[in-house]
Amino acid sequence: MSGHGDGHIVAHRPFPAAATVELGKPQLRENLRNATHTIRDKRLRLVAERDDWEELRASGARIKDGVLARLPELLDQFTEAATAAGAVVHRAADAEQACAIVTDLVRATGETEVLKVKSMATQEIALNEALTAAGIEPVETDLAELIVQLAGDTPSHILVPAIHYNRAQIRDIFARQMPGVDLSTLTDDPPALAEAARRHLRQKFLTARVAVSGANFAVAETGSLVVVESEGNGRMCLTLPETLISVVGIEKLVPNFQDLAVFLELLPRSSTGERMNPYTTVWSGVTPGDGPQQVHIVLLDNGRSAVRDDPVGRQALRCIRCSACLNVCPVYERVGGHAYGSVYPGPIGAILSPQLTGQAAGANRTLPYASTLCGACFDACPVRINIPELLIHLRQTGPKPAGERAAMRAAAQVMRSPRRYRSALRSLRWAAAPLRWTNRRGRLRRLPWPLSGWTASRDAPLPPGASFRQWWADR
Amino acid sequence: MSGAEGGGEAGDAATGRPVADASADEQLELLTDRLVDYRATVGRCDRAGLPDALAAVLAESTRVVVPADLPAGWLTSHPGEVIRDQAEQPLALPDLDAAGVRVVTGAAVAIAETGTIILDAGDHQGRRALTLVPDHHVCVVFADQVVGSVPAALRRLPDPRRPLTLISGPSATSDIELQRVEGVHGPRRLAVLLVVEPPEGGGVVR
Ligand code: SF4
Repeated sequence: MSGHGDGHIVAHRPFPAAATVELGKPQLRENLRNATHTIRDKRLRLVAERDDWEELRASGARIKDGVLARLPELLDQFTEAATAAGAVVHRAADAEQACAIVTDLVRATGETEVLKVKSMATQEIALNEALTAAGIEPVETDLAELIVQLAGDTPSHILVPAIHYNRAQIRDIFARQMPGVDLSTLTDDPPALAEAARRHLRQKFLTARVAVSGANFAVAETGSLVVVESEGNGRMCLTLPETLISVVGIEKLVPNFQDLAVFLELLPRSSTGERMNPYTTVWSGVTPGDGPQQVHIVLLDNGRSAVRDDPVGRQALRCIRCSACLNVCPVYERVGGHAYGSVYPGPIGAILSPQLTGQAAGANRTLPYASTLCGACFDACPVRINIPELLIHLRQTGPKPAGERAAMRAAAQVMRSPRRYRSALRSLRWAAAPLRWTNRRGRLRRLPWPLSGWTASRDAPLPPGASFRQWWADR
Repeated sequence: MSGAEGGGEAGDAATGRPVADASADEQLELLTDRLVDYRATVGRCDRAGLPDALAAVLAESTRVVVPADLPAGWLTSHPGEVIRDQAEQPLALPDLDAAGVRVVTGAAVAIAETGTIILDAGDHQGRRALTLVPDHHVCVVFADQVVGSVPAALRRLPDPRRPLTLISGPSATSDIELQRVEGVHGPRRLAVLLVVEPPEGGGVVR
């Protein structure tokens, strides 16, 4: 039996409670709407350029399914190739182990500051918190991650983590928290803010001795890791320090170098709506005279093997973290990333987090209900993850949230007896009759308990004026 | 799988689908469009005109840095100082970071469809820090290094285990209200010089 994962993928509040708080922030909704709509429009345009997009998606899904089918074997192959290329490969069963390995590796260098490339895996394992506790300061170098870190906040989107801040707020954060910032030139103009970040990080890039990254892909055939980015902070961290430590989820593997071609076409178009992101770095172990000379790779399980054991749930591990599903999701658009209580927000978060941790962890059982099942996420997903199917699968197999459980139990009671069902329908129609006169939308905003759990976050349709049986009998 | 295997029509700039039988010229056009779209500057010359074209791009440069094996002939028209990175005595990072430093390199492969240049630390490219720390990267790409699609480009690389850098335009961020800002941490400017052999009769292409 494979173990479950832990770390920043356990929601501490039920989704409906967290969502209610986030819904009360009009600025957040405005920012999110603008951002998600802009990105999804760009994505649609760039995807339309490819008349073979569906074939590319199918190839992406097929390659990843192949990886999942042969995972242990490919992990061995990767380890062998990376080791032959001069890397040291470690394996971590969970977040705690991964953090301990990275902390020990940093300690061994004697450094007390590490530069970080934006990485979902290190966020998942709460690495920054672990390093800080060990007296090591992690410095985020991606502009958005830096904003969020300086603000003492958490990211709210996979791709644009600081999307919940606007320029004036970012200027305030920099003015207050960025050491040595030049207030005389710091306006809220995005180029001025980017310049401030460049100055702040430049000296660190040139002098840093240790960097920590994740990887977008890992190639079993060659032992290579791949990081896709746009600012150049990735290249800086992957090239200049002496020691490079990369935390890589075991599902990031692709079998062959040539397979990268499919994903390098799928990822930027799905993610930022670009033909290609500005920079991609691929490295295999150590190259004498070029880049880090101590290269460590921490292969992270943290619940992934358990997800792989579930034949329906397994497809979630194809995810390449492009965030396309977030940008098309009507629920994400309104509540934002923080409502999901995990580093993986939106539709992918709703299926990935509860699978990685097991549905009993924290409030993760509520996440599969954070969806209208409209299917937009499936259409957008570059690796064809059937997110709605998985949401339903998780709803069926997981513990039910209390409200829904009570409502469904009451409904089952009523429906088990035809007589009770008929009389329930009759009283419902009777109760609803005056509403039909006053309520032109034909929707009920609140049902009485125990059905109130259902209407807390959605409207219910008004019952029709006559039952089908009655209507049929009247003809 | 992708463009390189496609058949039929010629490359179509509007839909972005260059295909295997798109003429070399169409691919160069597409590459140029894509690079300009990313705000890189693109120039063209023929082989004999390369030194003059490079000298023009480097006109106001105070310091030009090049990989150890960059052909000396490329920079014969440039009057300023040229500093070679040496394996035994690599240039220090502060030297690469100094104001006004430009770096001139070659490339391994370029991808027309996505406007991407691939460096693999092979001939004329040097180590990765060289093309990363200076503020301005001038990259020389020969027409026969240009391929249509990403899969074709990856197949062309002689050894995928070399450190690879795929460059599509200068450094950029869209993290603040999704407004694109160029030049965050990587080079702020990218200039690409396409070296195209003139068709029969010669002459500079553009
Ligand atoms: S589930 Fe699909 S659409 Fe969503 S982030 Fe993952 S790969 Fe992208």
